[in-house]
This record gives sequence, C-alpha cells and structure tokens, in this order.
Amino acid sequence: MKVGVLALQGDVREHISALIACGVHPTTIRRTAELDHIDALVIPGGESTTIAQLAEIFGLFAPIKQRIAAGMPVYGSCAGMILLANEITEAKDDQKTFGGLDITVKRNAFGRQVDSFESDISFDDGSTDLIRAVFIRAPWVERVGKGVRVLARVDDHAVAVRSTHLLATSFHPELTADHRIHRYFIDEVAKPALQKVQ
Amino acid sequence: MAEVTGTGRVKRGMAEMLKGGVIMDVVNAEQAKIAEDAGAVAVMALERVPADIRAQGGVARMSDPDMIEKIQAAVSIPVMAKARIGHFVEAQVLQSLGVDYIDESEVLTPADYKNHIDKWNFTVPFVCGATNLGEALRRINEGAAMIRSKGEAGTGDVSNAMQHMREINGEIRRLSSLREDELYVAAKELQAPYELVKEVAEKGKLPVVLFTAGGIATPADAALMMSMGADGVFIGSGIFKSGNPAQRAAACVRATTFWDDPKVVADASRGLGEAMVGINVADLPAPHRLADRGW
Repeated sequence: MKVGVLALQGDVREHISALIACGVHPTTIRRTAELDHIDALVIPGGESTTIAQLAEIFGLFAPIKQRIAAGMPVYGSCAGMILLANEITEAKDDQKTFGGLDITVKRNAFGRQVDSFESDISFDDGSTDLIRAVFIRAPWVERVGKGVRVLARVDDHAVAVRSTHLLATSFHPELTADHRIHRYFIDEVAKPALQKVQ
Repeated sequence: MAEVTGTGRVKRGMAEMLKGGVIMDVVNAEQAKIAEDAGAVAVMALERVPADIRAQGGVARMSDPDMIEKIQAAVSIPVMAKARIGHFVEAQVLQSLGVDYIDESEVLTPADYKNHIDKWNFTVPFVCGATNLGEALRRINEGAAMIRSKGEAGTGDVSNAMQHMREINGEIRRLSSLREDELYVAAKELQAPYELVKEVAEKGKLPVVLFTAGGIATPADAALMMSMGADGVFIGSGIFKSGNPAQRAAACVRATTFWDDPKVVADASRGLGEAMVGINVADLPAPHRLADRGW
C-alpha cells in the first residue's frame, strides 16, 4: 500500500515518522500528479484554512475530493478532521473542505491555545488501554451522520470518528511515540477499504 | 481522566502545526482579515510594524488589549502578540487575553536588560528570537517553545536573517560532529545547559520548531529562508508596507510551500508592485540594530 502525506503545510514530518514506524514508506504530496501514485492519504495537523487554500491554488482540491468520493482511504488529524468534514461551524467565511465524512465539526471547539491540553482517553479499537491524546486548539464533532462511528470521546464530545474508508481525530497521535492510531488506520481502515475496492 | 494544559508537548506541538507556513504582522482587524484570506497560518498583533517603530522611534510596548481582541474576533487562525523582553506583566496580560502565542521580542524596547521572562510559569507558549545556537538554547531553557532566528526587523534587508540562520544551523552541525566527551566544553562555550546541548547533538536539530524573521520582503526571500532550513517564516513590515499587501501576502505563502521549486517562486514573484522600501542593515548605526537586543 502506498500512503501519501499531504505536505502543503503543517506537521507533515511527524506523520511521516509515525507511518514509517508502522512499516509503510510514505511519500509527500504537493502536486496533482503525485496523487496518482498513492492508495491512501494522511492529512496532517496544521491550519485548515491555509491547507484548503493552498490545495485550491495548486490544483489539488478537486482531485482529492474526487479520490475521497471514489473511496480512497484517508486519515486526518485536527486540521485533517476539519478538511474531511462535510460541514463545519466557526469556519472562516467561504472556507471549503474536501468532505466525505458525514459529520459537523466545530473548529477550535475546545478553545484557544491556553485551553489546549493532553489527556488519557479510551479509543474503541478493541483494546482497553488508554491512549495519550494531545489536543491543540482542537475541534470536536458536533453531529455524526449515517455510516459514521464514534471511536473516542472527551466530556461527551466525539473526538475520533470513522466511516468505511475515512478516519478522523481531533487530537494529534503523531506528536506522541504511541503509533496505535496510525496502525489502526493502516490495518483496520485502509487495508479493508482497499480490498473491497479491488 | 485528567486534562492537563500548558504542557511542553502542547506548547511545542502548537508550533509544529504552524510549520511550512507564514505568520504575518498586522496592526488592525482589516489587515488580519487580509492575512487570513491570503493563507497566513497565524497573525502577530502589534501596534506598529517594525519599520514604523524604526521610523518613529520612542519606546515600543505591548499592544492595546482592545486592538488585540478586535483582531481575535476578526479571524479564526491563531493570534500571537508581542511582549517586551523581561516584561512578565505584559506577558500575563497577553495570556489573560487568550492570545495563542507570545513573542518575547527584541522589536519592542526591552524592559529588562539582564533577564528574560521565566516562560515556564505560563500556560501560553512563547516564541523568542536568537542570533546563534547558544542564545536559542538559553531561551529554550527559560521555557521558549519555539525559536525564530532574528533578522534586522523593519529593514527589508534579508542579510541578517540569513547570517543568523547559517550561524544556528552551522553550530548544530558542528555539535553533531563532536565526540560525546567534547560536549561539556561545547556547552560551556555556547553558554547553554549541557542537557540541551547533548539533545541537539544527538538529534541534529533544535528540540523546538525554528522559524525565521526579520527583513523578509519578497517570495524569493521566504523561499531562501526555507531552503536554509527554516520551518516557516515570519513576515513583519514586508507585507503591509508594500504596494499590494493582499497579493504579496498570498505570493509569500505560495513561495513558502514550494520553496524548492523556482518556477512556483517565479510565478509568485510576478507583478507584485512595489516591495517595501529597504534600509541596508550596514547603514544602521549599531544602537539602532534590534537584533542585538537579547543575550
């Protein structure tokens, strides 16, 4: 499986390290042609408004949207979650998203940087071990539509969700040494989704 | 389930999210909107851009809280603000306003010529300037969660930013080449804590994100600094002191993302109109050089 990391802006390097630790050899994606060589995509943390604008300017926006609609597995953390949401609130005027996940995400829902936090939370991948989750000016999921399952919550707010081929977290597993979420994406989301397409 | 705020990981992590981006100086809500629309990853709220501080002289201080709050209300991206070196009360005020990052900045007039702010005492993260590795590590030791190489702010002359970036990265490369038993003396020479020196020698990079600042005025300047190893770019006077701020801002964002592709940088550089009027750093008398502030 070839995995790309959208490398327009954000903590690309950390996602690449996490993916390498999971045994995949990711490539960075900044150009439309580079999309043709990947089976799955990771959208990093960063500034969702900046990433969306750069994607638009460099012609990546429509192709990524189409690939997602056609079933390409994608994992998005924080800004990546916002970009995968069909609907966002507290958005900048006319802010666009790739969409694909039938959820409504509230940007900066946990507050400003002084409210950013880390916490041990449970993640519904079959393990009862807690996971250290780092939330930075983090969004949460306000509404979950059909076909979307909640995998983690903080104070009743959904902070990790998945559909058949898309995974999104409000927090940043790439900032910790625990690669469980990336492994979950590869093994439990991307691989089964790609098998189904074939 | 205990939620902990203000941890090192949360503070440094915030800077990781800004990587590959441009942070722009703005003095009002309209400019902040223009910066956000142009793709800035954050804005720096300040009362006067460095070029005006330089032109008007006098003591430069923290901005009016009203102005900062108006900017916070106007944009959804992070809002940073500057406190004077050593002025921990200005920093407390900025933290209470909920700014996302504090720049303890030599562009403002220092409040303390000996001590910087003890940044561990704050929940909000700090970025500090540095001209060399020792200075960067002293700031990190005081709790800075992000470093920016200093340039000569408000000049539009990129030479100082270049020099300091080379200096910092050169010293990091040198550390990586030393034997472990030579790091004690290296720490002494750098006037920096041994633990940090050892960490840098092992990893070959700073333990925090390294941006660059000071004198960056064109897309090619931004790309130059990225190719020197900066994680991202601060642009101060360069945007709103130019002929066409919106277009120049967007062009600098594009050039920062594709710093390694001269075609994109060329396209970004087309038809931008007047760049800010520059001042050669060499023409500045030493007392007027901002980069020398901080120690």
